[in-house]
Amino acid sequence: MASGADTPRHAHLGDRAFAAGITLLGGAVLLVVGIIVVACARLSAPAFAKLGFFRFLTGSDWNPVEDSFGALPFIYGTLVTSAIAIVVAMPVAIGLALFLTEMSPSRVRRFVSFFVEILAAIPSVVFGLWGLMVLVPILRDVVEPALQHRLGFLPLFQGAPMGIGFLPAGIVLAIMILPTIASVTIEVLRTMPAALREGALALGATRWEAIGAVVLPYARRGIMGAVILGLARALGETMAVTMLIGNQPEIHGSLFAAGYSLPSVIANEFAEASGAVHTGALAGLALVLFGVTLMLSASARLLVRLSARRLVAA
Amino acid sequence: MNVALSTPVADTARPKLEVQKLDAWFGNVHAVKDISLGVDARSVLAIIGPSGCGKSTFVRCLNRMHELTPGARSEGRVLLDGEDVYAVDPVYLRRRVGMVFQRPNVFPTMSIRDNVVAGLRLNRVRADYEAIVERTLTQTALWDEVKDRLDASAIALSGGQQQRLCIARALAVEPEVLLMDEPASALDPIATAKIEELIDELKQQYTIVIVTHNMQQAIRISDKTAFFYMGVLIEHGTTQQLFTRPERRETEDYVTGKFG
Ligand SMILES: Nc1ncnc2c1ncn2[C@@H]1O[C@H](COP(=O)(O)OP(=O)(O)O)[C@@H](O)[C@H]1O
Ligand SMILES: [Mg+2]
Repeated sequence: MASGADTPRHAHLGDRAFAAGITLLGGAVLLVVGIIVVACARLSAPAFAKLGFFRFLTGSDWNPVEDSFGALPFIYGTLVTSAIAIVVAMPVAIGLALFLTEMSPSRVRRFVSFFVEILAAIPSVVFGLWGLMVLVPILRDVVEPALQHRLGFLPLFQGAPMGIGFLPAGIVLAIMILPTIASVTIEVLRTMPAALREGALALGATRWEAIGAVVLPYARRGIMGAVILGLARALGETMAVTMLIGNQPEIHGSLFAAGYSLPSVIANEFAEASGAVHTGALAGLALVLFGVTLMLSASARLLVRLSARRLVAA
Repeated sequence: MNVALSTPVADTARPKLEVQKLDAWFGNVHAVKDISLGVDARSVLAIIGPSGCGKSTFVRCLNRMHELTPGARSEGRVLLDGEDVYAVDPVYLRRRVGMVFQRPNVFPTMSIRDNVVAGLRLNRVRADYEAIVERTLTQTALWDEVKDRLDASAIALSGGQQQRLCIARALAVEPEVLLMDEPASALDPIATAKIEELIDELKQQYTIVIVTHNMQQAIRISDKTAFFYMGVLIEHGTTQQLFTRPERRETEDYVTGKFG
């Protein structure tokens, strides 16, 4: 095999131009991200100057009239709804991915994959509408009273069932991130060498035992990556959550209560923000959101890459 | 069959494994065609033939791995100690009929030790795992090389070591029959020699069916040889006879290297 050093450089002018173009585009993307961050930081400076960064992060009062801004209720709402989404979506999505790659006949597989893709293509405002018109009444009239009846001793399920609040927002988020988690998990499982599964089966494992003993441990990191990608999507989702969470900047232990989320408050208040401090506080929330999702996406990619590397080693 | 010979030890008279009119397909591809043969207990049967002639498919029918391939099916009978393997639970069957694959497929997330006992764990067999680890790794001549790092990941081993670990893993569940599909084809000559030595020892205890594309290997390790060509069993006999006095023209051409 000829090494790169032996080949005359001019022979690959086209390649090099292409590489340069790609590099330029990649740089441009980075630049745009950088500009956004700088803009947010500059915009948020008056708020941080007035409130202090730490007080802004940990404050739980949000009152534009008195220029009092605390990020905590929004961070809380975002985390709670995302947590519900993950808890609900993760087992379903992983189960679905396992079913599609390991068990189902190909006709079923094609049908379900198609359905999952459709799910990914539904605009989030439609999810929000569906949540309001279908999910909220069911939660309010059936699910929440039942939960309260059975598990009402838990703080999670106390307070009046209103339908609107953390629970419907979290459930709709779960449905929205399900395709992400399922499809990435399917990719991860597809890269799994068939020889490993066969090795377990040849030892007398049932299909489920092979999955438990060999497939899942092998795919673990990749699946974690898939879940974190789903989580990142849940954290940033705006429209459906705004329509369902109730938009109250309050912190409640109950899943039935109304709350607020980072993207929702930014979308709701930014256009008519009253003054530099209010605008700055919203920009500060944007920075917080960006920081969290960036960290999560980066760790997800790292995990997926690590699991791919192990694949090569095997 | 020679009745006079079989009377005193009735058990050894019947082949351990008896294949009757076996056909196997992948969709429309007829990969194994009407094959019948028997394998005596504690003997080595080598299967030779050009690539694509159905050797792997044939052995995968013996432990019912073939049917796991989507679209694959088979017809005919495979008897293990006279019992139709298609009438028993495949999970149970595969404990009695172990398999070693062409490429070593150690479980990469498990340690060396856990690889060896993986089959026991999967089948929830309670046993002295430590003793089994030592015994099977000694049997596969791996014990001295790995005894100080049993908890290290199995993928840290060389290819030859990994393959011997796979054999140890298969032996740990104490199968009666061991199927080996070109177990040495991905290995260097030294590792290959070790595997061959091992097979020679294993046949004291196990019934072995080994696929090989290496005719010298078949001569060295097997008692009987079957020559497959395009899914058909062309010739089956003692290894010595098949290589020195083949009855069929195709066999002669193949073993003398005229094609393949
Ligand atoms: N998974 C599969 N799907 C379709 N055809 C297959 C598959 N595996 C093997 N075959 C076909 O079956 C025939 C026998 O293959 P195989 O048993 O692997 O041969 P060998 O092991 O002797 O090289 C070949 O024609 C091959 O192309
Ligand atoms: Mg083969």
